[in-house]
Amino acid sequence: MKGAGTRAEARAAFLFLAPALGAIGLFFMVPVAAVLLLSFTDFDIYGLADSGNTRFMGLANYLTLLRSDLFWEALGNTLIYALVGGPLTVAMALAAALLVDSRLARFKGLFRTIYFAPVVTTLVAVAVVWRYLYHPRFGLLNSVLGWVGIGPIDWLGDPRWALPAMILLAVWKNFGYAMILIIGGLQTIPPQLYESARIDGAGWWREFRHITLPMLSPTFLLVGVITAVGYFQIFAEPYVMTRGGGPLNATLSVVLFMYKEGFRWWNMGFAAAVAFVLFLVILAFTALHFWLQRGNRE
Amino acid sequence: MPKVLGLLLLALTLAGCGGRDGDGRVTLELWAFGREGEVVQELMPEFERLHPDLRVRVQQVPWTAAHEKLLTAFVGEATPDLAQVGNTWIPELAAIGALEPLDARIAGSSAPSKIATNDHFPGIWDTNVIDGEVYGIPWYVDTRLIFYRRDLLAEAGYTELPRTWAEWRRMMEAIKARSGPKRFAIFLPTDEWQQPVALGLQNGSPLLSDGGGRGAFSEPAFREAFDFYLGLYRDGLAPAAGNNQIANVYQPFAAGDFALYITGPWNIGEFRRRLPPEMQDRWMTAPLPGPEGPGVALAGGASLSIFQRSEKKDAAWKLIEYLSAPEQQIRFYELSGDLPANRHAWNDPSLANDPPLRAFWEQLQRVAPTPKVPEWEQIATKVYEHAETAIRGRATSEQALAALDRDVDRILEKRRFLLSRRAEGRAEP
Repeated sequence: MKGAGTRAEARAAFLFLAPALGAIGLFFMVPVAAVLLLSFTDFDIYGLADSGNTRFMGLANYLTLLRSDLFWEALGNTLIYALVGGPLTVAMALAAALLVDSRLARFKGLFRTIYFAPVVTTLVAVAVVWRYLYHPRFGLLNSVLGWVGIGPIDWLGDPRWALPAMILLAVWKNFGYAMILIIGGLQTIPPQLYESARIDGAGWWREFRHITLPMLSPTFLLVGVITAVGYFQIFAEPYVMTRGGGPLNATLSVVLFMYKEGFRWWNMGFAAAVAFVLFLVILAFTALHFWLQRGNRE
Repeated sequence: MPKVLGLLLLALTLAGCGGRDGDGRVTLELWAFGREGEVVQELMPEFERLHPDLRVRVQQVPWTAAHEKLLTAFVGEATPDLAQVGNTWIPELAAIGALEPLDARIAGSSAPSKIATNDHFPGIWDTNVIDGEVYGIPWYVDTRLIFYRRDLLAEAGYTELPRTWAEWRRMMEAIKARSGPKRFAIFLPTDEWQQPVALGLQNGSPLLSDGGGRGAFSEPAFREAFDFYLGLYRDGLAPAAGNNQIANVYQPFAAGDFALYITGPWNIGEFRRRLPPEMQDRWMTAPLPGPEGPGVALAGGASLSIFQRSEKKDAAWKLIEYLSAPEQQIRFYELSGDLPANRHAWNDPSLANDPPLRAFWEQLQRVAPTPKVPEWEQIATKVYEHAETAIRGRATSEQALAALDRDVDRILEKRRFLLSRRAEGRAEP
C-alpha cells in the first residue's frame, strides 16, 4: 500500500467493497461467532427437548476434544490427506497442465474436458465405480497388480491401505480444478521468455526450472492454498467410500468426525468446538503458506 | 428461528401437496424407510377404500438418512403425522418429546382392529415402553440368530445346533478341525456390535449400571461373554474380518469358507435368491445358544409411532390399527419379507410352513431389549470399535473393556447430570 490514495478514493473503494464485506459479515462472521458461543455449551439431544438442559461449559468441550484419541486420529489423518494429497494433487495438476498446454498437444479442449470431468462428476457415482476398482477379488487395480505378481490388497478393508486408497481417489477427483488454474497461469507467461532462453541454448528442463516454475509461483500459492484447504475439509470421499471413516477409523477426517458428533449424535456443542478448532488449524496453515511464499510475491 | 424455518418447510410441503385436500379429505403423512417405504405404498389403496375420508402420503426415506432426518424434522418442527421408527431410536425420540404416548389409545382400541399387548412378542413390545409408557406399536420384528450349513455340521458329526456355549464351541472346533487353516467355523463381522452385546445379555449383563448412568462392560457378566466372543477369533474359529472386507457373503457361505453366520431374517430371502440351487436344502436356521441353555437374542425391528406435533392423531392411529391387523401384516410379509409383529399372523401357512422361520418364532419368544437410553446408538458403535481393537490384538480384553467403559461413562455424563438433578428435584419438597 505504497502511495496511499486520497480520502475520496478510499471512500469509493470502501463503497465498492461494502456489498462483499456485508455478505462476508452476515454469512461468515455471524455464523463463526455463533459457533464459538455454541462451543462453550453442551447443547445436545437433551437440550433439544428442553433448553433448560443446556449448560454453559466454559472450555470443557475443548478439553474433552484435546483428550479424545479419536479426534487426534482424525486430525492426524486429515494432516496426511492435506500434506500428501495436497502436493500430489498439485503435482498431477502441473503435469496434466503442461501436457495439455504443450504446443505439440492436439485436441487440447478434449483433454482439458476429460481431466476436468471428475471434478464435476457426483462423488456418489464416482464411488460406485471406484469401489469396483478397489474390490479385493474382482477389482481392476488388484488384477493389474496380479499381472506383475503382487498379491491382492484389500484396499478399503485394510487399515493400512484405506487411507492411501482414499487419497488416490481424492487426487484423481480433484486435480482437474487445480489443472485449469495452472493452465491459466501457464498462458500468462510471455512466450518471449522461452524464445530468448532457447536462443541462449536452454533445454526443456532448464526452461521449466528457470522460467515456468518461477513464473507460476503466484498461481502455486493460490492453488496450494485452495487445494490444502479443500483437503482439510475432506468429507464426502470417506463418507461414501468407507461408511464413515472405517476401517478402524483409518480414513476418518476431522470434518467427518464433526459431522458424526453433530448430526449423528447431536452433540452440537462439542461439534461446534471441533468446527472451531478446525477453523483455527486451517487459518494457521493458510497463514503459514502465505508466509512461506512471501518472497515470491514481491 | 426454528419456527420460521418450520413454517417455510411447511409452506413448501403444502405447495408440494398441490392442494389435493381440496376434496375435503384428510391427508396423513407417513414416513417409512428403505424397502419398507417402497412396499407400504401397496397397502394404502385398501386403507383409503376402508376410510374414504382419509388419504395417506408415504414419504420414502433411505435408511442411512432416516435417523438424522427424524431429528432434523423435530428441530425444524416438520415431523410427519406418523413414522416408522427403528425400535432402538424410541428412547431418544421419546426423551426429546417428539412422540405421542399411546397407552390411552391402546386401552380404547376395540375389535375388529384391536391392538392388544398380548398379540405381540413380549420382548419386542418392551422396546416400545419407556418409563411405563408405550410410544410405538411394533410393525415388524427382527432378531439375529444362526444360519448354518447342515452338510458341514453333519460332516462334523452334528445333526442340529447345540444349545449351550460349551457345546457350541466344541462343535465349532470340530468344524474347524475338518475344514483346515483357510476356512472357518463361523463368520462374525468385526464391525457389528450386535454379537458381543447379545452374548453379554445372554450372560446376564445389564450392559449399563446406575440406572443407565455408567457402562458395566468391565463387570464379570459382560467380560465372560466378551472372552467367549474374543476366543472365537483368537483361536481361529472366526475370521477377523468386517463386512466391508467380504463384499458378497453368499459366495463364501456356499463355498464352505464358514459354516455358521449370525444374521437376521432379511437373509432368508437373500439366501434363497443368491445361493446356488444345489445349496438350497443344505442350510437352516437355529436359535442362539446360551451360556447354560437357549439364550436370548436382541429385540430388533421397527415400530409405528405418532408424533406429538401431529394434528391428525386419531387418523394416524387408524392407520396404525390397520397396519397391525393380521391380514395386512401377512401381506406386508409377502411384499417385504419383514417378519410380522402380530403373533396371529404367524399362523398363516406362508409363515407356519416355512422351515427357516421356525427358529425365528422360537427365538422371538426369547428376545431382550438393549438399554433404553437415548445414547444407546452411540454406545453401540463404541462397543464394536473397542471390540475390534481386542480382536486385532491391539489391546487385551481387559484393556479394551476398560477403555469402552471410559468412553461410555463420558457419553453418559450428561445423562448422569440430568438424573441427579431430577433426583434432587424430588428430594426438595
